[in-house]
Amino acid sequence: MRLFEMILLLSLVVCAVSVAFTRDLLTSIVIFMSYSLIMCVIWVLLQSPDLAITEAAVGAGVTSILFFLTLKKIRAIRKEDQDEQAKG
Amino acid sequence: MEMPLFVNMEETVSIVLFGIGFTMLMLHRNLIKKILGMNIMDTAVYLFLAVKGYISGRMVPIVVDGIQDVSAYINPVPSGLVLTGIVVSVSTTALMLALTIRLYERYGSLDLDEILMRAKEEEKI
Amino acid sequence: MSRQRDDYENSWWRKFKGWVDGEVDLLAEGMEIRAPQMQEEGKTDKPSAPLLPSGTAENPLRETQPTDGQLPKIAEERRGIRWLRRFYQVMSVFLCLSIIFVLLWTVAYLPAFGNAGNPDNNEVSARYIERGVQETGAINIVTGMILDYRAFDTFGESCVLFIASCCVLVLLRIDITESGGRAGKRLAESNDRLFEPKDDVILQKCACILVPLILVFGIYIVLNGHLSPGGGFSGGAVLGSGLIFYLNAFGFRKTERFFTEKVYRRITLCALTFYCLAKSYSFFTGANHLKSGIPLGTPGAIISSGLILPLNICVGLVVACTMYAFYALFRKGGM
Repeated sequence: MRLFEMILLLSLVVCAVSVAFTRDLLTSIVIFMSYSLIMCVIWVLLQSPDLAITEAAVGAGVTSILFFLTLKKIRAIRKEDQDEQAKG
Repeated sequence: MEMPLFVNMEETVSIVLFGIGFTMLMLHRNLIKKILGMNIMDTAVYLFLAVKGYISGRMVPIVVDGIQDVSAYINPVPSGLVLTGIVVSVSTTALMLALTIRLYERYGSLDLDEILMRAKEEEKI
Repeated sequence: MSRQRDDYENSWWRKFKGWVDGEVDLLAEGMEIRAPQMQEEGKTDKPSAPLLPSGTAENPLRETQPTDGQLPKIAEERRGIRWLRRFYQVMSVFLCLSIIFVLLWTVAYLPAFGNAGNPDNNEVSARYIERGVQETGAINIVTGMILDYRAFDTFGESCVLFIASCCVLVLLRIDITESGGRAGKRLAESNDRLFEPKDDVILQKCACILVPLILVFGIYIVLNGHLSPGGGFSGGAVLGSGLIFYLNAFGFRKTERFFTEKVYRRITLCALTFYCLAKSYSFFTGANHLKSGIPLGTPGAIISSGLILPLNICVGLVVACTMYAFYALFRKGGM
């Protein structure tokens, strides 16, 4: 069990580092999702299932969706600006 | 001799994660990366708190079969603190992302340096 | 390991070094775009960088408009900016490393992991465990703690959620009355779901099966908060995710039938008011040693533990509505 926990913690650090070093924002958000899922398993190992449910729904679900929506919104704004520039 | 950092492995990892998040917050110029770093810092703090409440060999604090002995359950206080904290971190993230969208609409960039430079220019005019 | 590294320019180490030196913007290929006219001018450092001496930090930001007589000055300025940027990066790396070092040093002196005799396992948690079931009626001690012993704390958290959704509403709302121009166009675009497949059959079939399951699971978590892991916060988040999924599959036309801004306002207001009144009553009676008159019931039954079940439902409603409101506001700029 200790070994399993060690592997999980190591992959947590690896995920965090790769979030920092990924160039593409979309990729880094997806890696952040997997980071949240690993965190969720660690909560179960630390005997707090309340936290595990919350983290799975919130960290891997809602937060990442909000990030994706932000990216989409920014792309839409950029496209609009380009259209306006092309017109004017 | 036992390595204390290895015995407190979870704490060590949470400190390392905190450091990674803090470095992202300081060194990345992209606002979305900064917010991701902030989120990593959040989860690192939650991990530290929850680890402090864990006692090895004990159960989830849900009373089973009427056993109400202190030596049967882990510490429930950090779990309660972290539970509310996770939900609040979502709302702060949403607020920060909304601010980012507004900044992008206004200045056309996600780069904090550039936003500050343009704001300065506009101030001069 | 013997492979020849021909592509030094693309190698990982080169990128890392460039990133540390500030030459290459790691995010240049990502979302970040830079307006062309800003490209020629030197980049400035953050003026709010905490580590810079204030006199030099202000300097590069003063003059950015080049005129003919100022060319040598600009070159000098640009060098100064580059120097400042390097200085800022070195100092922030130094700061981060020193913070990590100090914290790790502290961790090395912390009491061992998972030991029952650690100072944070004190009489507070012992009291919660030993007397929790008799005093709150909840089997799940964590729920009993956050909704009974520390209920005002949770009330504050729910208010934080409500305030955050209000702030997002202020920031991202698109006014429908101001039709025409950019706002009207943007509204039409988000309604039209320009960047997604419209009425995707696979997604809709999946949603038909999954959405009821997710919603039932969320309601189960909320209602069983005092008996099993979960409670208002987790169940509300699950419910909110289910609603978001439904919205994604079927669009705003369907959700507007049952969830509008008015519904959101009423649900949140009712839940927060009920929470406030119920907890005020129980604190009033508790502080004056009066009998509250709320039966605790038998621990383990679904209708038990006094106020915890209604409070759980209130918190769940607030959290679910807030999650849905965030999504709708980010997506469309309105509900």
